[in-house]
Amino acid sequence: MSNRIVNWFKFASPQSFYPLAGRMVPWFWALAAVFGIAGLWLSFFVAPTDAQQGEGYRIIFVHVPASWMSMFIYIVLACWAGLGLALNTRLSGMMASALAPTGALMAFLSLWTGAFWGKPMWGTWWVWDARLTSELILFFLYLGFIALQAAIDDPRRADKAGAVLALVGVVNVPIIYFSVKWWNTLHQGSSVSMTKAPAMAQTMLWGMLLMALCFWMYSIAVALMRVRAIILEREAHTEWVKELAEVKS
Amino acid sequence: MNAVLAVIRRDLLLAARKKSEVLTALFFFVIVTSLFPLGIGPEPVLLKKIAPGVLWVAALLATMLGLNRLFATDHVDGTLEQMVLSPTPLGLLVSGKIAAHWLLSGLPLVLLAPVLGLQFDLDGGALGVLIVALLLGTPLLSLIGAIGAALTLGLRGGGVLLSLLVLPLYVPALIFGAGAVEAHISGLGAGGHLSLLAALLALAVFFAPWATTAALRIALE
Repeated sequence: MSNRIVNWFKFASPQSFYPLAGRMVPWFWALAAVFGIAGLWLSFFVAPTDAQQGEGYRIIFVHVPASWMSMFIYIVLACWAGLGLALNTRLSGMMASALAPTGALMAFLSLWTGAFWGKPMWGTWWVWDARLTSELILFFLYLGFIALQAAIDDPRRADKAGAVLALVGVVNVPIIYFSVKWWNTLHQGSSVSMTKAPAMAQTMLWGMLLMALCFWMYSIAVALMRVRAIILEREAHTEWVKELAEVKS
Repeated sequence: MNAVLAVIRRDLLLAARKKSEVLTALFFFVIVTSLFPLGIGPEPVLLKKIAPGVLWVAALLATMLGLNRLFATDHVDGTLEQMVLSPTPLGLLVSGKIAAHWLLSGLPLVLLAPVLGLQFDLDGGALGVLIVALLLGTPLLSLIGAIGAALTLGLRGGGVLLSLLVLPLYVPALIFGAGAVEAHISGLGAGGHLSLLAALLALAVFFAPWATTAALRIALE
């Protein structure tokens, strides 16, 4: 039993996680490429033209996965932050700070592609509707997290302060979402639902899901690469980093 | 409880010795709200429509002004470390400091707001709703702001960073606070908004001192 606990925590140490992450990165890049090529092929060559929205609707194949990832990454980030505070593991904080830029990028991408979609469909770049506004505030939350970590010189304090902020933020995200939703709603209803049959063609759904998987794999690959860089920066004083082939050369 | 009252009394006394800091934030509130009619134009219909939003945004910004000093001076002269070391739970002392901050920055805003509301042609009923909404909302601003103030304690560029952290979290208070007055003006009744505001306040009273304490311990370790 005690052996299993030791194994469970083995990769919580930066020293053993660094090579593991290095081995995983190419696989996630490869998966991202496979899913991305399949998803783009489905969404541009197979999926039919939408009856009402024409060809312009195809931007949802980027927009919807980006929005999903922006929300999901914030939750993962908050989980790492909570783990870091509870167990006092260094790697958790590094993972949280490695995820934040990707999350901010996804939130920005979602807003940007949303504007591109909104111009032909709604005739305006921006409306103050619930989902757009809460996505914008989510983007601000990411920026606040990154700015707070950047302002603190001591990395351990940066991790912990960022963790408290991320946990406060994750409690607030649903409150912000519902407050903005009751404030004003103009957005079309959700087009993919877990409970009822989707209203879109099967191929469109598959294209969207493949693109979501592609974004997912891309986010994991980039976060792992970034966490490797963070580990090298923070552990530069240790012997095992100095012994690494890539550091020596 | 005695310790909480002592902290409140001490912070009020300190503020009474340095009145300018409190008054600056109040005049900021008055000036910002007075600038809007000058920028937008004097039509009473338009002013009445934007009044709740303007008053609430100005209240948010005025609360932000005092947040920096919430823990900063105590941190510099070492009082904060003594508070961490004292046998009284830090959460209670922090609640006392937050209460004092509200008495100094939130309560005066509540009292001033109806006077400024008259400038915007709000009628008696709307002013009453505005007072109730601010009474429920300004403690919420102090509570959430305290978390940000504790996180940015002693950092360079703390003031700007604080607004970046805290303002997105103020969004629900702004929406329900200004929404209550707007709902009353449009005849929908402000009850729902005020209940939600009170619910947020209840949540924040419970969780915010706890999160602030955690952030203070991180900043001081």
